Amino acid sequence: MTSYRLSRGGRIDRAKPLDFTFDGKPMQGFAGDTLASALLANGRQLVGRSFKYHRPRGILTAGAAEPNALVTIGEGGRTEANTRATLVELYSGLTAKSQNRWPSVDFDLGAINSLLSPFLGAGFYYKTFMWPAAFWEKVYEPIIRKAAGLGRATYEPDPDSYEKCWAHCDLLVIGAGPAGLAAALTAGRAGARVILADEGFEPGGSLLSETAPVSGKSASDLLAQTLAELADMPNVRIFSRTTVFGWYDGNVFGAVESVQKNTATIDPNRPVERIWRIAAKQAILASGAEERPLVFGGNDIPGVMMAGAMRSYLNRQAIAPGKSTVIFTNDASGYAAAADLEAAGLDVAAIVDSRPDAARTWSGKARILPGAVVVDAKGGRSLKGVTVLNNGRTETIAADALGMAGGWSPIIHLACHRGAKPVWSDAKAAFLAPQAQEGLTVVGAAASIGSIEACLADGAGKAASTLLALGFSKASAAFAEKADTTIVSKPLWRVHGSKGKAFVDYQNDVHLKDLGLAVSEGYGHVELAKRYTTNGMATDQGKLSNINAIGILAEARKVSPADVGTTTFRPFYTPLSFGALTGASKGKHFQPVRKSPLHDWARKNGAVFVETGLWYRSSWFPKAGETTWRESVDREVLNVRKNAGICDVSTLGKIEIFGRDAAEFLNRVYCNAFLKLPIGKARYGLMLREDGMIYDDGTTSRLGETHFFMTTTTAYAAGVMNHLEFCAQALWPDLDVQFASSTDQWAQIAVAGPKSRTILQTLVDEDISDAAFPFLSAKEVSLCGGMLTGRLFRISFSGELAYELAVPAGYGEAIADAIMDAGKPHGICPYGVEALGVMRIEKGHVTHSEINGTVIPSDLGFAKMVSTTKPDFIGKAMLSREGLMAEDRLSLVGVKPLDPATTFKTGSHILSEGAVPSLENDHGYVSSSCYSPNLGSTIGLALVKHGPKRHGEHVTVWNDLKNEYTKAVLCSPVFFDPENGKLHG
Amino acid sequence: MASLIACPHCGPRPKEEFTVRGDAGITRPAPDAGEDAWHAYVYLRDNPRGRHKEHWHHTSGCRRWLVVERDTMTHTIHAVSDASAEGATA
Repeated sequence: MTSYRLSRGGRIDRAKPLDFTFDGKPMQGFAGDTLASALLANGRQLVGRSFKYHRPRGILTAGAAEPNALVTIGEGGRTEANTRATLVELYSGLTAKSQNRWPSVDFDLGAINSLLSPFLGAGFYYKTFMWPAAFWEKVYEPIIRKAAGLGRATYEPDPDSYEKCWAHCDLLVIGAGPAGLAAALTAGRAGARVILADEGFEPGGSLLSETAPVSGKSASDLLAQTLAELADMPNVRIFSRTTVFGWYDGNVFGAVESVQKNTATIDPNRPVERIWRIAAKQAILASGAEERPLVFGGNDIPGVMMAGAMRSYLNRQAIAPGKSTVIFTNDASGYAAAADLEAAGLDVAAIVDSRPDAARTWSGKARILPGAVVVDAKGGRSLKGVTVLNNGRTETIAADALGMAGGWSPIIHLACHRGAKPVWSDAKAAFLAPQAQEGLTVVGAAASIGSIEACLADGAGKAASTLLALGFSKASAAFAEKADTTIVSKPLWRVHGSKGKAFVDYQNDVHLKDLGLAVSEGYGHVELAKRYTTNGMATDQGKLSNINAIGILAEARKVSPADVGTTTFRPFYTPLSFGALTGASKGKHFQPVRKSPLHDWARKNGAVFVETGLWYRSSWFPKAGETTWRESVDREVLNVRKNAGICDVSTLGKIEIFGRDAAEFLNRVYCNAFLKLPIGKARYGLMLREDGMIYDDGTTSRLGETHFFMTTTTAYAAGVMNHLEFCAQALWPDLDVQFASSTDQWAQIAVAGPKSRTILQTLVDEDISDAAFPFLSAKEVSLCGGMLTGRLFRISFSGELAYELAVPAGYGEAIADAIMDAGKPHGICPYGVEALGVMRIEKGHVTHSEINGTVIPSDLGFAKMVSTTKPDFIGKAMLSREGLMAEDRLSLVGVKPLDPATTFKTGSHILSEGAVPSLENDHGYVSSSCYSPNLGSTIGLALVKHGPKRHGEHVTVWNDLKNEYTKAVLCSPVFFDPENGKLHG
Repeated sequence: MASLIACPHCGPRPKEEFTVRGDAGITRPAPDAGEDAWHAYVYLRDNPRGRHKEHWHHTSGCRRWLVVERDTMTHTIHAVSDASAEGATA
């Protein structure tokens, strides 16, 4: 005989049947069922195989602590492994599968491990698989991983969406059992903003399964009235199906809400789960208590269940645990379960009470065996009976269900998430939450209060005083004071004399002997015992097992549980899905995409894009017939140098700088002079770090007496902005200077090449001849007959006669089109960052390939730029350090192969000609390289010891990755037009 | 680290909006303060247990640099002020 559904009773809705499958077999439950209760209703007690020994395992609890009933829910990309059946709300179309079994949960070949159990004790990995070492990765580990373990994750993408959001409240109440409801009601009546969160799909906690009257009413009436009053309060929000999983600094709580985990028809427009960050002025922890299992032989046989869970299934879902039940108790809870079973007409074969002075008030039919213990449960895939040791006599009692009631442990995880350690109480026989922590008050069963009425009073009373402290002067407790008269028994950590395996940690298959072994082998410290035996690990993190393990370790070491202590409680209270943690940050939403205002212009001109940081930059513009990127890039370079080209440079950082002291400020952040930069002029600037190394470079133009426009490199745009703000606000707050990033406000277009002036002049209303608009001019200009105002800069990265034209972002595409039209007769072509890179290497212009955090201005030939007259600038003091004056510093030089048919790669090292590669012979490295179509050869920039003095020296360029040696010559870094004739043309 | 930082301009905001720079207790030396002073300013940092003043930038908010005094052990934030109000650290 197994568990079954009673014909009446419970809180289920029998008018709403729900079809589901377990291991492919169709089953039926009702609305109000969990998957666990529905399985029990279908007589399915055996639901999984254990981690190590593959023992048959059944449903043990009715809540979050469930160690056994781990199932895989869903199919395809929605597959979710290791889900606790006890927390899964049943829905129509649910598919569940058992785990860790082959070929089936009823007949599992892995169970042979049980026969090997003498070899599979604690530490067996370390002891058994020591030798030979090479076998570990290839043989042992794959076998162990296949045999042990839980469910398997899917490789398919999750089709559902998740989200994260914030919530704010005066009082967060965690747990909607009696104490939590009383606290929420008290706070709601006082007018406070309240969030009441509960992991279940139905609020109520123990009220949902209580049959005794509470405060003169039935528990269900009290619950209904309380929920109705709370529902009418606009200041109270009830978050059902929401687990508060962590308590963080600043009284911020993390919670996960199951939004659509209770349906097979998922609305794609809503998330399936939602992570809440709840900022609460105060919080009430009303998380209840966990019933302790009892440690005796065969305590894992399907049919053995927690007494409280048995009662919950009976009263909520009308589940009979079996035909005949034995209760093994050390606590009043066992009697409440027995009474409810009898009231439902079910047979209770015996109440085995380990306390010699047990319960004389029992008035039920079941016989009581005081001072007796269950030493062994009998059965294989289901319980057949129990062996009881009753005052020296052994007795066997037939039973197909066994309820364990070992006393209660407060659930105090959250109260310990911020570093506080639990405190052992002999009087309560439990670890309690640490006293008085700011922001969090523990109430009810979580504060080790036993009776429901006392929990109501405790929750209401503590909420009232918390609210008074918050300034809610009207706050008064919703329930009258009531003393807790619950008697706490001395804990029974283990039963002596068991023959079978007595499990402490069900999920990790840790049994009594493993803990004994840990102590005898010197791993008796609670943290060591955990690692040695794996007790308290995996998905349930020892919610059931830790307390018994601590008690057993304490007994073995002959100390108090206080001396054993607990392992550390860390978030999360229960496992979180990666989907929930990821939220919306996946796929194309993983990070933002930045597109230049000229993105669409580039795309319609055929650009191939490259990701640089968040930006998509146009890399090159292939023409029909071009089969390699080099063909396109070579053509673009040659065309720019011969005719003209147009390039999108909008991604450069752009910062508007205003203020009376703007010039003085720039003078302090650049190493070169800016104080006297004339209005209408641009200047190349070098920005150093305080240690003297170059931080970034760019041009800054003076557009007015108190208005400058700075450009930065694409990569350092944000960093430079932060740096400027730090300097202005923290270093020199007396300077009058303000900044605004305008990177996204301007479309900036480089027009380069000998014909660039002719082309641009057709758009620009003002005269831009060399006389009127010489090199380094920077002015606001009128465009297209006064239709638009832009900014024109005569600057050049390519070394050609070149301009950069900035127009408001929305006009970028139209202006780029106009330039293309105007340039068509002159042979203009669009060019990308690859061609730009080739031209800047040909001209010896540096980028962050050279400015790599190790170079100072003189390393790049910028020594003369560094002001010697300015009293101060960022980096000035450290620039005079001895090491930065050294003669043999790596300095910028050009490098090209002796034979143009040979080549080398960026990153290769420079050796003296013919020298063997060694640290001593390493003279530097190639920082940039490319093929120059103008020179018909690979060229490179390199940072080399004594570089500028070695022009003309033959060297070996060595690439260790490819074992290539290239004969090359060092030269000036300016390969093309060293007289800058084209620039000034 | 604290979950929320009370920006004096924006109110309590999530820490993800801020960027930490480091010790705010150090003062930028005069240009001629000498090698030792500059070496200490650029490279040497204390790692105190307990109260610690740091520069934090409200990067995704008002973009002001703040001085946040926090306890490195308990994560309590004792005070937040605008860096410019702290007086020049130059």
